[in-house]
Amino acid sequence: MRARVLVVDDDPALAEMLGIVLRSEGFLPSFVADGERALSAFREARPDIVLLDLMLPGMSGIDVCRAIRAEAGVPIVMLTAKTDTVDVVLGLESGADDYVVKPFKPKELVARMRARLRRGEDVAPEMLTIGPGGNQITIDVPAHTVLRNGEEVKLTPLEFDLLVALARKPRQVFTREVLLEQVWGYRHAADTRLVNVHVQRLRAKIEPDPERPEVILTVRGVGYKAGTA
Amino acid sequence: MVTITLVTSGVLVATFGFVVGGLITEGLIDAKTKNAKETIVDKGSEEAFRQLNSLISNDNDPLLGASVGEVLRTIRGRESAIVKIIPEDNLVAQRHGLTVPGLPDELREAVRRTQGFSEQRLNLDIDGSGTKLYLVFGRQGTLTWGDVQLYYFFPLDEVVEQAFLVGNIVTITGIALVLMLGLVVYIVTRMVVRPVRVAARTAQRLSNGLLDQRMEVSGEDDLAALAASFNQMAENLQRHILRLEEMSRLQRRFTSDVSHELRTPLTTVRMAADLIFNTRDEFDPAMARSAELLQAELDRFESLLAELLEISKFDAGFAALDAEPANLGPLIERVVARLSPVAERAGVAVEVDLPAEPVVAEVDVRRVERILRNLIGNAIEHGEGKSVKVRLAARDGAVAVTVRDHGVGLKSGDEKLVFNRFWRADPSRARHTGGTGLGLSISSEDARLHGGWLEAWGEPGQGAQFRLTVPACAGDRLVSSPLRLVPTDFRPPAVAEPEPRSTRLPVRGDSAVRAQSVARAQTPSRAESAATKEPAAQPDRDIALERDTEPEPGVEPESAAVGEGSRIDV
Repeated sequence: MRARVLVVDDDPALAEMLGIVLRSEGFLPSFVADGERALSAFREARPDIVLLDLMLPGMSGIDVCRAIRAEAGVPIVMLTAKTDTVDVVLGLESGADDYVVKPFKPKELVARMRARLRRGEDVAPEMLTIGPGGNQITIDVPAHTVLRNGEEVKLTPLEFDLLVALARKPRQVFTREVLLEQVWGYRHAADTRLVNVHVQRLRAKIEPDPERPEVILTVRGVGYKAGTA
Repeated sequence: MVTITLVTSGVLVATFGFVVGGLITEGLIDAKTKNAKETIVDKGSEEAFRQLNSLISNDNDPLLGASVGEVLRTIRGRESAIVKIIPEDNLVAQRHGLTVPGLPDELREAVRRTQGFSEQRLNLDIDGSGTKLYLVFGRQGTLTWGDVQLYYFFPLDEVVEQAFLVGNIVTITGIALVLMLGLVVYIVTRMVVRPVRVAARTAQRLSNGLLDQRMEVSGEDDLAALAASFNQMAENLQRHILRLEEMSRLQRRFTSDVSHELRTPLTTVRMAADLIFNTRDEFDPAMARSAELLQAELDRFESLLAELLEISKFDAGFAALDAEPANLGPLIERVVARLSPVAERAGVAVEVDLPAEPVVAEVDVRRVERILRNLIGNAIEHGEGKSVKVRLAARDGAVAVTVRDHGVGLKSGDEKLVFNRFWRADPSRARHTGGTGLGLSISSEDARLHGGWLEAWGEPGQGAQFRLTVPACAGDRLVSSPLRLVPTDFRPPAVAEPEPRSTRLPVRGDSAVRAQSVARAQTPSRAESAATKEPAAQPDRDIALERDTEPEPGVEPESAAVGEGSRIDV
């Protein structure tokens, strides 16, 4: 099946070029040039993945990102010209799963997109449980559902993957680099800020007090691990 | 302030009171003495001797005691003084009961030998009413029946009492004076100090960034002038700071805009070029080669743009350190692994020497990785196919990485220039490598942002070594580096006989010189080093030699390295 891609970018030349590349790689792209119309275009196109430029006329890319994330867990890859920590972290915090810095190589972009789309391959029945007694997190891997003390928690596919990666080997400490490879599909370690921001987002959803995490613990100077009962 | 005033004035008043009290006591006693001597003693004694002469003719007269008593009563008059007449002959005196207990022999002897009166102050118990201080006058008199001594005892207890009273008054006045002085000083100090304290507090707030803080100006005295000048200073500072902030903000905006405006079309070009490049097999040779060139130059253009933007961020002063604890060993290995294709192409073996213990430091991983990529990449590029060694060490809150190559090395003086923007070791050298000329400048800025040092060492033909030192805890100050800047395997090609330096330079390909230097390197001795230190004409060689000697235990390697290399100080 050909994956549908929604490209939100105000630069017509870049959009057209992206279209050429994406089609040649087997995607079905659709385009929208400003932030105001991005959300309605998203509802209409029902894309499998969104490519979002952060600097847009009308609504900013950050707001678009938040609006889409409020509706769906669809993977969002930011296209950004900014590499400052503030900008990157802001984009990631607003809900983006990954980002690509302009100017990117087409291969790099496609690899990022494929990594985000590669899902649901391992469907072996698997139930995972982590967290201390008062805050049990149960993960049904094939059903893609997460229960916190019996109540369902809505996670984006990326947050789900991150949680599963940690939960499969509780007590083992994962470095940010390993997580980047396992969850994001980076073969060479990339920006570890990706991991930090997504762990924060995950904690906000599953921890009673994200300031004092019990489920996903920070191991200073090393990385993260899942806490157990 | 008040305490100091109280102590000093207290000491002054106490001294003053002591002196005045003493003077007054002396004065009272003196007055008494003078009075007594003039009015009573001088006249009285003449009278007493005359009467005694007429009443008594011989010292056996039984009436002597009574007569003496009679005479004394007449001459004593209304005075409070006790008068005694004591015959010179002790036997006579005892016989008639004319003795004074406790009268010292020295006084009697003095009276005997003195014409006129001897005068002394004595503590005596004369009439059995207790020991008192008396002013004693004594005089020798020669009568027809024998010598006698006449003594006047003036009791001084009243005077002492008076002096004591005066002393008390002086003391009380003094204490009151000191207390009042303290109060006055306290009030004045408060008046002066309060505005100064306000100024200090305001300055503190200003330095904390509250730029609109001002002092209250009231009155027209010096303090008001101080407040006014202070406010003016704050005003000027605020204006300048705001202008700088505005400039920095504009620069940042500009950089950000340029970044976006340049990168978006560049992305399109990049993608188009990639597409063309991937289908170049279908083109004729000239077109295919053009596609390759386009691709390669786009890479260069991209990295140049990225680095220019990075530099402009440093220049605008908004590069921020994003420090977190990181294990540096794996980080180095990662960088080396990523550069391995480049190293293989250049035929360079990269050797990594890590300590057994993991080295964790609070660093901005992205920046440190960039520095290391730069240093190791440079070493591979300039290593001339010889091995590159990367070492990591930690000690005393500092972490250091050295990257050593054995390539062409650096000319004397170049170790400072390498960090300059767009600097090239040899302008005539073919630019066969893709370096932008900004890598080391950015690295040095990155190191500076960590509060760290990035230094270079090099010798022509001996290769180069770069050393990065960063504090293990972000924000700490560096004192020393755990690794030496001058590599331990470096032996200066020292020769005893002075020759023009240029001919001795171990130039690449000059195998004879190289062999010689290697031979010397195997037998390094302190004596030799010392010998070659003599010619003062080779200053840099001397420094190198000094550092070459193995560090003795406890000797700081850093201290040996100070003075060369271009330290990027913070």
